[in-house]
Amino acid sequence: MRALHLLIGLAVCYALSACAPIEPWVKPYEREHLADPIMALNRDPISSEYLVHVFGTREGAHGATGSAGGGCGCN
Amino acid sequence: MQLSRALRHAPAARHVAPAAVRIGVLLAFSALGSLPGSAGVLPEDEGDVMYHRYEGGGITVQGPSVLIRKKLGDNFSVSYNYYVDIISSASIDVLLTASPYKETRTQQSGSLEYQHGKTTYSVGYIHSREPDYIADTSIFSLSQDMFGDLTTVTMSYSRGWDHVYRDIKLADGAIVNDPTFAQQVDHRTYGVGLTQVLTRNMLLSLNYQALTDQGYLQSPYREVVYLTPGVGKGWATAPQVYPGTHTSNATSADLKYYLPYRAALDFFYRYYTDTWGIGANTLQLGYTQPWRHWIFDGTLRYYRQNAANFYNDLFPRANAQNFEARDRELAAFSSYTVGVGASYEFQVPRAPWITKNTLNLRYDHLMIDYTDFHTLYNTTVIPAGGENELPLYRLDANIIQLFYSLYF
Amino acid sequence: MKHRIAGLAALLFALPLFGAVDPNSPAPDFLLNGQSGKPVALDQFKGQVVMLNFWASWCGPCRQEFPLLDDIYKKYNKLGFTMIGVNVEPDSKAANEWLKQTPVTFPILYDTDSKVSKLYGVAGMPSTVIVDRKGMVRMIHRGYKPGDEQEYLSSIRALVRE
Repeated sequence: MRALHLLIGLAVCYALSACAPIEPWVKPYEREHLADPIMALNRDPISSEYLVHVFGTREGAHGATGSAGGGCGCN
Repeated sequence: MQLSRALRHAPAARHVAPAAVRIGVLLAFSALGSLPGSAGVLPEDEGDVMYHRYEGGGITVQGPSVLIRKKLGDNFSVSYNYYVDIISSASIDVLLTASPYKETRTQQSGSLEYQHGKTTYSVGYIHSREPDYIADTSIFSLSQDMFGDLTTVTMSYSRGWDHVYRDIKLADGAIVNDPTFAQQVDHRTYGVGLTQVLTRNMLLSLNYQALTDQGYLQSPYREVVYLTPGVGKGWATAPQVYPGTHTSNATSADLKYYLPYRAALDFFYRYYTDTWGIGANTLQLGYTQPWRHWIFDGTLRYYRQNAANFYNDLFPRANAQNFEARDRELAAFSSYTVGVGASYEFQVPRAPWITKNTLNLRYDHLMIDYTDFHTLYNTTVIPAGGENELPLYRLDANIIQLFYSLYF
Repeated sequence: MKHRIAGLAALLFALPLFGAVDPNSPAPDFLLNGQSGKPVALDQFKGQVVMLNFWASWCGPCRQEFPLLDDIYKKYNKLGFTMIGVNVEPDSKAANEWLKQTPVTFPILYDTDSKVSKLYGVAGMPSTVIVDRKGMVRMIHRGYKPGDEQEYLSSIRALVRE
């Protein structure tokens, strides 16, 4: 019975995002390298998109070339 | 009356368009960069002007690309791209059945991004136009940051509508549109992506995209070749016949690693399969080295695909299969691309509204070795020893990009 | 038994709060080096309203916010208010170079080993914590979007009157 109450408590806890078993392991103030422009997944979109177009017209494969995320994680 | 008679007697030499057929699909996510750049913040305001040039296999494709991106208020960002391909071609496909030509493709695209808290919504539209092909694509995407901004989940959907026309050459040499020919293509793509911060120095991005195409999926100009042993040159041509549907899946992983002396390594891999029997692997390694006001990039790309199941370089006889294609894009080949780039950052005095300027130059050399596409010109005769004595086609191309970026 | 369950539940809910600060709790004291190289303690500022701004030179919104923070500092300093920019970068070189180009008049402290960032549970960049004259945390703000400075100002105006 005690275990059940504990499990319900945990479930509610997770559902409310009030607690998590794992804390984010890279803190917002540790993102210096990730925020560096050289670590951008797509530093010059005008250039990478052109190359996607060049390869796409000559190859049979298409897709899965876009990415979002990384960076400074600010705000 | 005159015109229709002229159309019926159009000579064999025809105007050939490049593989405009699948442009709608592959531009779905390229042109706009409509996927949000980085977690939590709208992209910077910028303007880019680029000159691009591709030279290889008898084709030169060059032109400008202009991009402008601006924040509106605190939550919106708009972008516009104007892109032109000026094609002058005497490629092997052209030389086989047609004469050299010149053509221009113009593409305009716009996107709007809205950021609210940890979510970014994006809508975009692309309009591509050339004399015999019009492609329209709309794109929607949604990006969500979670888990302390370590994780970004993205979902995207695009829909494309293409109108395929055909140009023909009249007896007097004029190139006109064939009013009897009008076809359509419908494209849809669905994508999901996950970008995960692994460590302070490492980022992993996983992407999956499903694509479906329906309609007239071939080029109206290209033809297949079938062998006619003992007759004439030993070969003859016939129109291509493609299936009316095409479904494909692509899965990719991109790992970025920060090196302690300030440099970045990039590993990219993509696996692609489709219902036409094509399987392809793409592997790319990149290295980025900043130095003072410069950033240098080097990339090595390896690509390999097997042929579509209805592809054949030289069919054994006429009407050998229900579906027949000889497009190089569907052949079996392996390709290497070596690329180098240099970017120089500078300040403009007396212009404090400009936060950064860069001048960029990039050169890529593309090499494709076809394992089942033989070099065949209009005048080629099948040698006595058989078609396998013909040389396999090899493509070498130079790709140059010169662009100026302004951030404000 | 019921007490034990309640205790466990309370512990579970309390876990994520370790290493974070709450409004109306005392602001943890710390000792960090300033621009002159001399150590500075938060307790030195007891009696003044203190606004701690956790920032980094690589963080766009942080850089955007800084000139506005300087304006706030200049305006309210005479009324017993101080702004402290806590730089979270392990290597201060980039921060100092940026400060040379965009100088501010309020004190900067260097949290090079992230001790204070951890102590205050910094959960976003930038982060702002406003402490009243008695050393109690009164406002916590995460991130920066243009217009947020109004929130800081209304809090500061109320607290300097205490």
